[in-house]
Amino acid sequence: MTDTVPRTVGTQELSRLVVRFAGDSGDGMQLTGDRFTSASALFGNDLATLPEFPAEIRAPQGTLAGVSAFQVQVSDHDITTPGDAPNVLVAMNPAALRKELVHLEFGGTIIVNQDAFIERNLTKAGYDSDPLDDGSLDNYTLFKVPMTTITKEVCKGLGVKPRDAERSKNFFALGLLSWLYNRPAQPTLDWISAKFKRQQLIADANTAAFKAGMAFGETAELFDFTYEVKPAVLEPGTYTNVNGNTALSWGLVAASQQAKVPLFLGSYPITPASDILHELSQRKNFGVRTLQAEDEIAAVCAALGASFGGHLGITTTSGPGIALKGETIGLAVSLELPLLVINIQRGGPSTGLPTKTESADLMQAMYGRHGESPVPIVAAYSPSQCFFAAIEAARIALKYRTPVILLSDGYLANGSEPWLLPDVSSLPDLTVEFATGPNHTEEDGTEVFWPYLRDPETKARPWAVPGTPGLTHRIGGIEKEDGTGNINYEPDNHGYMVKLREERVAHIANDIPPTMLDGDVDDADLLVLGWGSTWGAITSAVMRARSEGHKVAHAHVTHLNPLPKDLGDIVRRYPKVLVPEMNLGQFCRIIRSEFLVDAQSVAKVEGVPFTAAELHRHINGALDD
Amino acid sequence: MTDVPTTTKADWTSDQEVRWCPGCGDYSILTAVQLLMPELGVRREDTVFVSGIGCAARFPYYMNTYGMHGIHGRAPALATGLAMARPELHVWVVGGDGDMLSIGGNHLLHALRRNVNLNILLFNNQIYGLTKGQYSPTSEIGKVTKSTPAGSIDEPFNPISVALGAEASFVARTHDMDRQHMMDMFRRAHDFPGASFVEVFQNCNVFNDGAFGAITKKDKRASMLIHLEHGQPIRFGENNEKGVVINPQGSAEVVDVADVGESALLVHDETRQDPSLAFALSRVSAGPFEPTPIGVYRAVERSEYATEASKQLAMAQEQSGPGDLEALLHSRPTWEVS
Repeated sequence: MTDTVPRTVGTQELSRLVVRFAGDSGDGMQLTGDRFTSASALFGNDLATLPEFPAEIRAPQGTLAGVSAFQVQVSDHDITTPGDAPNVLVAMNPAALRKELVHLEFGGTIIVNQDAFIERNLTKAGYDSDPLDDGSLDNYTLFKVPMTTITKEVCKGLGVKPRDAERSKNFFALGLLSWLYNRPAQPTLDWISAKFKRQQLIADANTAAFKAGMAFGETAELFDFTYEVKPAVLEPGTYTNVNGNTALSWGLVAASQQAKVPLFLGSYPITPASDILHELSQRKNFGVRTLQAEDEIAAVCAALGASFGGHLGITTTSGPGIALKGETIGLAVSLELPLLVINIQRGGPSTGLPTKTESADLMQAMYGRHGESPVPIVAAYSPSQCFFAAIEAARIALKYRTPVILLSDGYLANGSEPWLLPDVSSLPDLTVEFATGPNHTEEDGTEVFWPYLRDPETKARPWAVPGTPGLTHRIGGIEKEDGTGNINYEPDNHGYMVKLREERVAHIANDIPPTMLDGDVDDADLLVLGWGSTWGAITSAVMRARSEGHKVAHAHVTHLNPLPKDLGDIVRRYPKVLVPEMNLGQFCRIIRSEFLVDAQSVAKVEGVPFTAAELHRHINGALDD
Repeated sequence: MTDVPTTTKADWTSDQEVRWCPGCGDYSILTAVQLLMPELGVRREDTVFVSGIGCAARFPYYMNTYGMHGIHGRAPALATGLAMARPELHVWVVGGDGDMLSIGGNHLLHALRRNVNLNILLFNNQIYGLTKGQYSPTSEIGKVTKSTPAGSIDEPFNPISVALGAEASFVARTHDMDRQHMMDMFRRAHDFPGASFVEVFQNCNVFNDGAFGAITKKDKRASMLIHLEHGQPIRFGENNEKGVVINPQGSAEVVDVADVGESALLVHDETRQDPSLAFALSRVSAGPFEPTPIGVYRAVERSEYATEASKQLAMAQEQSGPGDLEALLHSRPTWEVS
């Protein structure tokens, strides 16, 4: 028996906590952040995440360029953003500290891997002196932890190679953070044993490192308190933690099920869209066919070919891929076949910022084709909502026999949040009726099939798939006559068809939900009008402004073409309209030209999302004007 | 399966007026296809013609089947999606040398590599017709056209070599002056389970008249066309006096049979796994002015793409049961809020 008693450490309650994990690309920071997030989700917190990583798979070790970061906000109440300034920065090396310190709140907590602060790494990061000793961090609470040394020590005797032992130090950091913030350990331990079940030594090393991290917190007498963020009070139900690309993939599967039309995905790998291809290629038991095509053009063409064959043809890509697919989208406009074109937007132009977020492809979606080539556009606004956005885009494509562009972005794609799982039986019925017989009687009484004879309500042409007797027909990109679909180059006919295609899309406005409108709907002095992933930051910013007594409303647009019918009234109703966008004001320009209102653009094109604080400042600024 | 109704050429002919230039080689190809179709024992509604852009690409409009006239170069990609979605269909792809070897070259390569069950007919007239006479990727060096007033300086593609290099499993060549040979080749392409590639020498009488005349005119055929027949020594000539041997350097070479003896001739084996001999045969002729092999260069069966894709779906359903959306949504860790 010893007389040692467990050290008593007080626990302080926090209503929310923002942690930023940062390290070298090879340090496993995305994984660490993801595990911290998952444990918090299972604990019942509300949360939102912001992964940020370089485009290079392994940039030179120890350099600023190689820093990979993951920010997560966990809270005991409903939140919509990954937080503004982190409260805690975990820095695995000097480069991570140097690059990420700017984000940390004044007086925030820094936890560093002390072992990495050696001269070589300090030089690589551009430090003249060691920031851990030179007083430059005096305004923060600094914890220096020899993570590498301890991790190597506890891995001794496990039979793990020294290199693998060292690589487990991210689990040490996770263990320490889990202890410090009272995160449950079991989900992480379970995850390690499942993930590495075929690599027992790695599992052992990670487990040992994780436990050592927890033990270090408890015994090192560095920390006087642990902190706790209680579960959030959320709507009752079953939750899972989901990122945008996964939710979007599942939405596509759901749409296929609800339509009873098999899903065909043609895709070419591109950041940040590839995970949808990965996810859907695992859903073969849902009848999902995926083709990793030879290029972006082949990907969309194969999807369109599959649509001709009676499948729900889908292609996923990012902005550069959309540029390549433009001609085929135009063909789909002319063929009037369902086609879903999904753009997970990233920083542009050209290669731009492949791993960073931006929403600057709106004009491309609206106008990025030759000729008058209107296409409905749906935009997702939160990671979990990507599920419903996918279903909605598919609904429009299937019902109106048209290509539809669905816009998401890198922030939604990789960011995650708790999702109250929907009741599957509540999902919309998307059942499609295929043509089965002739639809027109010639003057001589012959029953024939006209491929462009339209449904009077939807203006959609019949979907007659190969294999159906009696309906053989030819379609193509050449201008055709309405009804028969025969080639027709006459001036009047082209004018008619151009207007018809425009009307077909405009007409969908009768069949979309009204604009989402929140806040001081009746008497706001300012309307903040958003679309896409700015929803979270706008929601938080509007809440803050209103809590200060300002009258502010928030409208969020999910259907960008056609626009909701009530949008004109909404933007004219308020004295001021502010349009925050992750581009130089593309939607703002549409609003101004469409409704002749003096909407003001708030632009941010820096590869990172708006913070609520930034938008809050803009709101206050606009109200002061 | 119920019996396929008996049809005639007229049943396979659409009501659309054919709009190729009078005298175009495309007419005879269309006739050969329309005559062949009733013999294949397939239904019109199970047959789809897919094309890109160009003169040849108007082909689907004239077939009374399902058809799609797509965009330039992309027919093999459109058809790949269709064939994957609906493996039971008979999908034909029609295009010209500009369509399939220039703007759409990539898609042709990958459709052949994947071995998607498509019958790909490449109408090679060595010129751009629809855009009115620019040189094409099969035009000979020195070709004077509107866009090459000083003569083309581009090395042309040999379509058979390209197809073989792209791992094509069925490769054949025919020409628009021999209906029966075309029908034989198209039938073989149809019967072959996988991607079938048939190059058709086709005369553009407006912009490149007589490009193949030196080998396809009636009086030239015996001496200039080398008929490849499986299992037979490769011989040709007015009196069968010429043959093909593989020389010590590994190249195929035209010889006088009298000089080498019958036993020295290359015996054609279209089923040979190694494509080297087929490739050597594709290089016997430097262009349509030298004795040129026609017929089936290669017919080697291997896994068909859509079939393999369908197998993976069936296997996934066998292993995991049919997709259950509810289960998918709950497939990751969940928690309850009450």
